[in-house]
Amino acid sequence: MKDMREALMVGRNSEGRLVRRPLSPHLQIYRPQITTMLSVVHRATGIGLAGGTLLLVWWLAAAATSDAAFATVQAVIGSIPGLVLLFLWTLALFFHLCNGARHLLWDVGLGFEKGQYRSSGQAVIIVAGGLTVFAWVVGLLMG
Amino acid sequence: MSQPEDPTLAIMRSALGRVRGLGPARSGVKHWWGQRVTALALVPLGLWFVYSVLSMEGEGRLRMAHWVAAPVDTVLLLALLLAAFHHMQLGLQVVIEDYVHGEGARTLAQLAMRALTVLLALTAIVSVLKLAFTF
Repeated sequence: MKDMREALMVGRNSEGRLVRRPLSPHLQIYRPQITTMLSVVHRATGIGLAGGTLLLVWWLAAAATSDAAFATVQAVIGSIPGLVLLFLWTLALFFHLCNGARHLLWDVGLGFEKGQYRSSGQAVIIVAGGLTVFAWVVGLLMG
Repeated sequence: MSQPEDPTLAIMRSALGRVRGLGPARSGVKHWWGQRVTALALVPLGLWFVYSVLSMEGEGRLRMAHWVAAPVDTVLLLALLLAAFHHMQLGLQVVIEDYVHGEGARTLAQLAMRALTVLLALTAIVSVLKLAFTF
């Protein structure tokens, strides 16, 4: 079975022979721009957050198991690598959340002008970074 | 991608089939909507979760268990888990469609991802319910 897109990949060359059209170049060819980079980071943080659910599930399951199991999780999270991981998780969460809100605005047709999608991208970086720092300052002050 | 010697224009899938959502993943708009609806739900639920965890930072299992066991928090936590794992499964499905080539490998990857997601979600939900009914 041929896909519609496969059929559209076929054209005629100057001699009139059927040939397969070349593919457009991929990511590495283009100059990095905020739009493309944030799109890549959105997917990367999504995958990272999926990995992070392992920690969340472990935390919940340990709490439902015993004091000792919960203490183990808390000790792992409280260690230096644990805190680094938790910081990255927080940053990924806030980025994915903010950029996700940007995607939802696009879905209703807002923010498609050239200047708007650039400034909304910059806003996402600033807000996500700000929320992460804020959450950690509050967390460390209260902890 | 390989370059066939003699490309043809054979199309065996109709435009109607595509519109009805019979694409490579055998589904269409349902996926798109599911991803948006869960995303929308996860904005307030995600912020609520971070706020809740922050407000009990540094305290023990009993404090955490009592938070989970408060009815409103139990419900919100379950809603968060359902939305998050559904959203995660929809997202990872697209990632696998994009990067895992070959029908067999892709199907295996999708099945493995789904199995893992369902098991993680069930573990989380059962844990929350157990805490809710114990404390």
